[in-house]
Amino acid sequence: MRDIETVVVETDLLILGGGMAACGVAVEAAHWAKKHNLKVTLVDKAVMERSGAVAMGLSAINQYVGLRDGQNSVKDYVDYVRNDLMGVTREDLVANIARHVDSSVHLFEKWGLPIWTDKEGAYVHEGRWQLMINGESYKVVVAEAAKNALGADNVYERVFITGPIVKDGRCVGAYGFSVREDKFYVFKAKAVVAAMGGAVHVFKPRSSGEGQGRAWYPPWNAGASAFFTLQAGAEMTCQEVRFIPVRFKDAYGPVGAWFLLFKSRATNAFGGEYMQERRDELANWKPYGHVKPIPANLRNYLGMLDVMEGKGPIYMRTEEAIQKIADQSPDPKAYKKKMKELESEAWEDFLDMTISQAILWAATNTAPEEKSSEIAAAEPYFIGSHSGASGAWVSGPEDLQNDTTRSEYFWGYDNMCTVKGLFAAGDASGASSHKFSSGSHAEGRITGKAAARFVVNEKPELIDIPADEIEKYKQQIYAPMKNFEDNQDKSTQANVNPNYIRPNMFMMRLQKIMDEYAGGVTAQFTTSKPLLDRGMELLAFLKEDAAKLGAEDLHELMRCWENYHRMFQAEAHVRTILHREETRWPGYYFRSDFPKLDDEKWHCFVNCTYDATNDKWEMIKRPILHVFDPALDHELVGG
Amino acid sequence: MPSFVIPDKCDGCKALDKTACQHICPNDLMVLDKDAMKAYNREPEMCWECYNCVKICPVQAVDVRGYADFVPMGASVVPMRSTDNIMWTVKFRNGTLKRFKFPIRTTPEGEAQPAGGFNGEPPLEGPTLFTEPDSLGLPEVWTTK
Repeated sequence: MRDIETVVVETDLLILGGGMAACGVAVEAAHWAKKHNLKVTLVDKAVMERSGAVAMGLSAINQYVGLRDGQNSVKDYVDYVRNDLMGVTREDLVANIARHVDSSVHLFEKWGLPIWTDKEGAYVHEGRWQLMINGESYKVVVAEAAKNALGADNVYERVFITGPIVKDGRCVGAYGFSVREDKFYVFKAKAVVAAMGGAVHVFKPRSSGEGQGRAWYPPWNAGASAFFTLQAGAEMTCQEVRFIPVRFKDAYGPVGAWFLLFKSRATNAFGGEYMQERRDELANWKPYGHVKPIPANLRNYLGMLDVMEGKGPIYMRTEEAIQKIADQSPDPKAYKKKMKELESEAWEDFLDMTISQAILWAATNTAPEEKSSEIAAAEPYFIGSHSGASGAWVSGPEDLQNDTTRSEYFWGYDNMCTVKGLFAAGDASGASSHKFSSGSHAEGRITGKAAARFVVNEKPELIDIPADEIEKYKQQIYAPMKNFEDNQDKSTQANVNPNYIRPNMFMMRLQKIMDEYAGGVTAQFTTSKPLLDRGMELLAFLKEDAAKLGAEDLHELMRCWENYHRMFQAEAHVRTILHREETRWPGYYFRSDFPKLDDEKWHCFVNCTYDATNDKWEMIKRPILHVFDPALDHELVGG
Repeated sequence: MPSFVIPDKCDGCKALDKTACQHICPNDLMVLDKDAMKAYNREPEMCWECYNCVKICPVQAVDVRGYADFVPMGASVVPMRSTDNIMWTVKFRNGTLKRFKFPIRTTPEGEAQPAGGFNGEPPLEGPTLFTEPDSLGLPEVWTTK
């Protein structure tokens, strides 16, 4: 084995991740750190200016409440989120983000993000909650502010965190390795924030050749947050609430601007509108089937029913939508100008955030003003920030609790997990969906302040980690490289060896299990107890074989650990969909053995914990409690 | 292969202290072949086509060829990113050319100030974040208490 240097870093507050949530933590924590003389350290797997889910850019900010101008209330947003998630959401967490999110958006604007404004200087809305932006450099400006706040010396880039260090029920640090140098890192901290994104490629993607990289969410989001919090012993929530986006087919270009801004229709191959023709189906999912807007998963489901009946392809009627807007022009000159403007807006929507879709349009000679484009349901993703809800179970804010919620939802510090000293934000925290980029940043800020407050108030000690324990972590991390080195002479083909499995094949094995047994694309998102039980048997073999992962270099070592993380996200998912014996989100997954919504039994959170020492899982039901009264009224009315 | 490097143009960033594409790739895909002094994408099937390597290359040596398993050949989408805008040239398979230009930021590079000019001196206890309530444009942070 090569010689690997061990680097030990001591800090007060440790931020894991560099995306929108982590940048929010950094910018806020840095302020409180200065006041209270604390050290804040951030560790990113990539480089902050282009890391995380916003690395490419975005064409819209999806959460802006508009409190300043009285456009909406905090309660309006909570109603919208609860309804979209079929009643399963933490109102205290969603309200906490909603009351701060505008603040983050106003900061983005000051930092240099161009937000579209109208003639009066008001923000241009894509929809009720969405703002249009020129977002190519969205992440660049947000990361710049975070780095300026932290100071470059406190940022470790290209360091991949593989696990937590926990002592007596408190998270006291993390360990990982440089993906560029022979350096092993141990970070000792008084408070640790997990903000390492969601999980992609747990399920088999629709494109399995080169195009597998074109996941809707970025392929570098590999389940590190879920793994880290699970491994630390933190209670997890909504691990069954995966997200399946409907997007432009194959390249996964965004549909939001088409549906909301351009008011486009989606029709099947015969010109039928599934949202109209299948309206009666919504009655089976009451009360959520009757709220406005119709929950994302139910909209998915109606489209899927068309596809299953052979009525595809489903088309976004872009040419019709553009024509309709341009037709409102008063004269031919204005019409020509409007058409040009709409064409540019349509292309920018893709060029800002999904350039592949622009390539696909160009490669298929598609001009959106002339021709419809196919849309389709993608594959399942784990993402606490969008219409999914998976993540750690965290404490809500004290001031938003009432006598019923306090004992269940509050334990001292905003966004602290059930493990002391460990915090989660963005895709890492659960049951607070629809925070998107801006809300993730706001939640990061909330968490940054709370973690600083934890360090100041609780005065936790930095824990001494014995040399033999550090050595154990180190051996564990580099084991796949040793496997490869020790066994490569057992075969003339480096990919086919009886003693190790390379991470790419390991990932494909995981994806095949999840796809076929846990309701992936080829199973038409349908599963059942017998299928899930069989999936668990196969996952158990995979888990054993994880000890045989082999890595040729540091890059492949990163892939090994990414897939190890994905495997835990997968197991948490399978166990949780097994436990919830109903179908609540039919457009995300369908339990064929329990095909109906069962509010009486399952209007609750299904949480789980993992005991790493004994490899034991525990499932826990938690109540859904309301911050806003009266509960029934807003569950039915909707936002 | 999603992003690819044009050998005639790539000089391995020999004038810089590190290879630009290798520095920026969020998925750690770009590598410098030190013998040839040319960069390459080592794992095209894990490329998101985020174009960060294309945008950052000082000599425009990185381009993208759409995913071979679903994109017909012959199109190209090429950016030119400056400090405040980006210009895109889109070439269709049938030869049609389109150009688009969009702003990317309103402040000089490096100048994003954490507090954004907002004032606030809230206490460590309570829900008010360090730029609030000023950055909210409200007299105070909303609460149920």
